[in-house]
Amino acid sequence: MSNPKEILDPELKLYEARKNVYPKAVDGTFRRLKWVIMAITLAIYYVTPWIRWDRGPYAPNQAVLVDLANRRFFMFGIEIWPHEFYFVAGMLVMAGIGLFLVTSAVGRAWCGYSCPQTVWTDLFQHVERAIDGDRNAQFRLQDAPWGPKKIGKRLLKWSVWLFIGFWTGGAWIMYFADAPTLVVDFWTGQAAFVAYATVGVLTITTFIFGGFMREQVCIYMCPWPRIQTAMMDEKSLTVTYKDWRGEPRGSVKKAEAQPGSFGDCIDCNQCVSVCPTGIDIREGPQIGCITCALCIDACDKVMDQIGRPRGLIDYATLEDAELEKAGKPHAPILKTLFRPRTILYSTIWGTIGLAMLFAVGNRTRIDISANHDRNPVYVQLADGHVRNSYTINLRNMENRPRDMIIGMTKLNGAVMWSNAGSRETAGQTLVTKVPADSIARLRLYVAAPSAGPVREEFALTVTAADDAEAKDIDEVFFERPETGE
Amino acid sequence: MSEKKRVDEPTGTETVGHEWDGIEELDTPMPRWWLMTLYATIVWAIGYVILYPAIPMLNSASEGLLGWSSRGDYAMQVAERQKQLEPVRLALVSQDIEAIGNDPQLLQQAIEGGRSAFKVHCVQCHGSGAAGSKGYPNLNDDDWLWGGDLTAIEYTLIHGIRNPDHDKTRFSQMPAFGKDGILQSNEIQDLVSYVRLLSGREKQSAAARRGAALFETNCAVCHGPDGKGDRVQGAPNLTDAISLYGLDRATLTETITNARYGVMPRWGQRLDPATIRMLAAYVHSLGGGEKAPVAEPAVEAKVESGEDEQS
Repeated sequence: MSNPKEILDPELKLYEARKNVYPKAVDGTFRRLKWVIMAITLAIYYVTPWIRWDRGPYAPNQAVLVDLANRRFFMFGIEIWPHEFYFVAGMLVMAGIGLFLVTSAVGRAWCGYSCPQTVWTDLFQHVERAIDGDRNAQFRLQDAPWGPKKIGKRLLKWSVWLFIGFWTGGAWIMYFADAPTLVVDFWTGQAAFVAYATVGVLTITTFIFGGFMREQVCIYMCPWPRIQTAMMDEKSLTVTYKDWRGEPRGSVKKAEAQPGSFGDCIDCNQCVSVCPTGIDIREGPQIGCITCALCIDACDKVMDQIGRPRGLIDYATLEDAELEKAGKPHAPILKTLFRPRTILYSTIWGTIGLAMLFAVGNRTRIDISANHDRNPVYVQLADGHVRNSYTINLRNMENRPRDMIIGMTKLNGAVMWSNAGSRETAGQTLVTKVPADSIARLRLYVAAPSAGPVREEFALTVTAADDAEAKDIDEVFFERPETGE
Repeated sequence: MSEKKRVDEPTGTETVGHEWDGIEELDTPMPRWWLMTLYATIVWAIGYVILYPAIPMLNSASEGLLGWSSRGDYAMQVAERQKQLEPVRLALVSQDIEAIGNDPQLLQQAIEGGRSAFKVHCVQCHGSGAAGSKGYPNLNDDDWLWGGDLTAIEYTLIHGIRNPDHDKTRFSQMPAFGKDGILQSNEIQDLVSYVRLLSGREKQSAAARRGAALFETNCAVCHGPDGKGDRVQGAPNLTDAISLYGLDRATLTETITNARYGVMPRWGQRLDPATIRMLAAYVHSLGGGEKAPVAEPAVEAKVESGEDEQS
């Protein structure tokens, strides 16, 4: 039992205060890979809304557009309507399983290279180094009293961060409206309030998340590291410090003085200096490690300088680490990659992808939805016939106006007309024009002889006039009075 | 609560002075942010009481400096909406009613306006789906007593049916053949048979043949020699499948004996012309609306002259 006074000791905090992380600049294979991935991801983010895609005169020509106002989602050749939202759900499921697959094969590669939090934090840290100098200069500046130089540097750094944050938000809104028009509207003050609000919120969140919260987002806020910890197994790649090779640590001088009693680690702390989350990889795998592999670059450089073999810190699976420790060769890489788990994930991922592609290729671009009017359920007509009315929604998902033929199945002696026509012009079918990429609503009247069942099932059909293959059907019913009095 | 308050040593905070089974409660002060919030709400409440109706008085609450009231707010919103609708109302009354259909958007606005006005003024008799009931016409069907084109519907709406205090009202009166002793009860039964024969509800019979002769002398003047009715007098078509009160023997006997006298209020004195046109457009859109006949003005003239004969 602890002494209550100890718990209440004002020096003892209930949580650990954040230690500022000022990672040192480093160069190497993985740093260059990170540069390439940062360039690609940022390019995708900023360029995508500006790609044009010709969809004809009735639809926007922006390749990727989330048109909230008109409830359409355009992605290159695919257009998604609200009722097809399951495609978006399917893409999210694929994204989730994709992360499972990546995690089980190459560990937290998402965290280390392509997570927006990582990419933007990396960008912000480059800005920080360009203005404040490298790790040691940043420490000095942090401890320096507030003077003109420090204030100037801080203001400059924060301005650049805010500027980046602003462009982050500015690019985001381009996905939701025609980009060139929105840019003009934005700068002339004509854009919607929500556009300015979104840019404002994203500017601030980017500024705070990339500039100040950084690794705390990964360690405390993000659920993904926790899920990943549970998903990794002994065959997942992860950044590993080979303690059997490195320990006990000792400087080059000591090792020269007592050959054989020290490991390869010279305790130079370079791996700690370059770590963007401020951890010591030599303590083993931990939640704070986003596997960005910058410590591998740093360590390899040191090993080169002192003439020891590279790879004291290296990507390795737990299984390989055990084998290596026992002096055995690594497991074959193919066997590590193609194991039941990864094959299962790939199969699920691929199956969903193929099913969605199949569904997208085969979905009907024409749709009828018929609702029987209930008040009144039927109307007695003067000539003894009975009339029922239906509210019809015709959906034309093609980017051109279409003539549509409404028809019906197995209702003896029935004729139909719409609110645009009259019973004199009624017939077995009805042709109506539906504008491009929209829904036409009309009231449909069906009159049939009063002799027949009280409730008779039948179906209303729609066929495109320009394509007999494009059709849809909706089951409805026809009601008659209980008894012809 | 006689226990003495004491200061809790580890925390330096006073206790509230109670003790239950050795458990004491610290009298920790409220957090400052909490108190500040409380004070802020008190200040807010004082301002609110001064500016808005708040204190209950004998008849109503205190008025408040801003003069705001929920009724006033509602009236303002209604007035605002009315102002927005003004162009539609103006467009509706500034042209011939038959021309409204030429502008699909205006027609749709009129129908929607009529739909909501119908729910306020008309559903009591005609029902929420305008399907009517016994004695109250179904407005969805294709059978009209007084005419089913826009002009005729508007006339019926404005002037009503059988308003005794109004000259231009739609008027006709069927004699109470039984009650007034015009026909004997066996004659009425013969007539019933004939009327039911007209709409195919009964087969030809001796009674129906006797009824045919009675029909020609007593009924044909209004209902027509072949029983097809006359819209000028609001005389129903007896040969079709639709009837206002019913065509079973008992109902028909009652109708012929006591006659019927259905009344509809004249809305011209209660509703503005634009709303009436909206109602006309709505009723016309329910599925039985007719196109205006070419000789429409003549029909109206006849209505007035027919009225003169009766008054």
